[in-house]
Amino acid sequence: MADVALRNVVKKYDDVVAVSSINLDIPNQEFVVLVGPSGCGKSTTLRMIAGLEEITDGEISIGGAVVNDLPPKDRDIAMVFQNYALYPHMTVAENMSFGLKLRKFPKAEIKARVDHAAGILDITELLARRPKQLSGGQRQRVAMGRAIVRNPKVFLFDEPLSNLDAKLRVQMRTEIKRVHQKVKTTTVYVTHDQVEAMTLADRVVVMNGGKIEQIGTPNDLYHHPKTRFVAGFIGSPAMNFVPAKLETNGTGLKVRLSDTLSFHVPESRTTRYRGHVGKDLLFGLRPEHITETRGRENGVGQEFPVTLDVVEPMGMETMVFFKVDGTEVCGRVEPNAAKGSGETMQLRANLDQMHLIDPATNLVL
Amino acid sequence: MSTLAATAPALKRVGVGASLRRNRRWALFASYFFLICFAIFFLAPPYYMVVTALKSDAEMARLATNPWFIYDGVTFDQFRILLANTDFLIFFKNTAIVTVCVVAITMVVSILAAFALGRMKFWGSSILATGIFLTYLVPDTLLFIPMFQIVKSIGLLNSYWGMVLVYPTLTVPFCTWIMIGYFQSIPKELDEAALIDGAGHMQMLLKIFIPVALPGIIAAMIFAFTVSWAAFVYPMAFLYSSDQQVLTVGTVTSLIRGDVYKWGMLMAGALLAAAPPLVIYAFLMDYYIAGLTAGATKG
Repeated sequence: MADVALRNVVKKYDDVVAVSSINLDIPNQEFVVLVGPSGCGKSTTLRMIAGLEEITDGEISIGGAVVNDLPPKDRDIAMVFQNYALYPHMTVAENMSFGLKLRKFPKAEIKARVDHAAGILDITELLARRPKQLSGGQRQRVAMGRAIVRNPKVFLFDEPLSNLDAKLRVQMRTEIKRVHQKVKTTTVYVTHDQVEAMTLADRVVVMNGGKIEQIGTPNDLYHHPKTRFVAGFIGSPAMNFVPAKLETNGTGLKVRLSDTLSFHVPESRTTRYRGHVGKDLLFGLRPEHITETRGRENGVGQEFPVTLDVVEPMGMETMVFFKVDGTEVCGRVEPNAAKGSGETMQLRANLDQMHLIDPATNLVL
Repeated sequence: MSTLAATAPALKRVGVGASLRRNRRWALFASYFFLICFAIFFLAPPYYMVVTALKSDAEMARLATNPWFIYDGVTFDQFRILLANTDFLIFFKNTAIVTVCVVAITMVVSILAAFALGRMKFWGSSILATGIFLTYLVPDTLLFIPMFQIVKSIGLLNSYWGMVLVYPTLTVPFCTWIMIGYFQSIPKELDEAALIDGAGHMQMLLKIFIPVALPGIIAAMIFAFTVSWAAFVYPMAFLYSSDQQVLTVGTVTSLIRGDVYKWGMLMAGALLAAAPPLVIYAFLMDYYIAGLTAGATKG
């Protein structure tokens, strides 16, 4: 158990900069998720913490000690890989005890640790089996068991759920969270799935193009994204972005999305946005904040009519797609509220949750 | 109308099924026919060998008898005389020593070389790997002249230890090549997991790579064994005296004097010489196949 600190960490492959100047502080026992699209540098960062990649520049410290020059086995870390990386010729018990045997732990302690970890992960009856006799989820649990028995300072997970089917992924996500609650160890978890990030993390680090876009709690990132990338990445389905112009409206402001549609900016925001009047901006609003008129008022809102393009019933809600000046926008309504494609209906935008983005800087205002 | 339609597909299915079965029968018949021809063609010489080894010299001398059958009764005289009155047992011992040593040296050298060339990235590793394989393409019949000079200068001419020195030049390149292929097929995450678990490179090799690549190791051992056991050109060139000679050359040179061929003993000797490879192949083949199916691929 220890804190992890990255200071100005850079990774270059010849001239290609994979990771540029990452600064990150992970306090003891925190579950941090590095999330981002493919190629954003999250796995490279994780592997640099593990010692599997050389650091081009900067410093990484674990538990207060700089580990730049330490080999992986001396960093007191344990890693769970995307494709499990179990030793195929060893049984589950041997897989889990391999690291401890190499470090010359006494037999009794090895057995105790293996049994304890197997108990936490519910794999006690699998201890005599070989990896090829296990299912994907079982193999992943064995990989986690191999990490747990080491009692390391830091757990590193490299997209561990990517190889599992959707249903199993949801199950294992809960398992991982449960294990973290029992075995309170600093964890760095890499994934490209923002749902995993939101559900598992104490804090999320959104990465893009080798840089950190934003660090924050899941709630923070959801409600207060700082950049266009974070706003569009977090949340499923993604936030709607519509080109808009900011105009004055008497003492207040309004956002014009098209000739026929403009929204009043809530009072609380007028001071923040006033300096950007007349600019071409991007209006952002999440689909869950475009709903049918509900009767009971929920924040500052405005109703507006739409002609539905596509209607997707999901069971617990219905997704409606409509066009605003050529841009497709998505809303989420009660299951029976939407009639069908081509019909007009009245929707309500919850403007307390709106965002305005300056396309020139890609920052959220 | 509907009943007709209902029966028509059923009839059609039976028709198709029958012609499929006919086709299958013909295919089976043809393949068995060719397999039997093939088997007869390839088993004829060994059969001839066994039959001749069990005949007396007198029967062989009589031209009237059919060489494929034994008329005067089975006799083990050929074996008895071969083992008692010739240097056959010495040849056998020499060959066994040379083979065991060569297989051991080859496996140690090629496993270490393959691990370094296939797994550790260093400048020139792929060029070196290809270069090692290319040396195998030079025929040993070309190499024995310069090799003669080298072995003579070391003082190992006319000694079977010279063979132990020279055979690895034939076996190591190919075995290294096989092993590189096997080691490269092991996923890299396994290395990384082992590194994080605390294994050094030697431990990784001994505890993970060798067990996982065991089918490849056995294949390489079978190859090295065969080359060693059956080598002819080098022992022919480098070994003169009977007490240093190996099976292949020894059997032929000591049992053929001028134009007198001691066929009975030659065949008996050939049979005894062929026995160890047969036994070892049979034994290792089981292990090889078991190794393939025991989860030696990525887990």
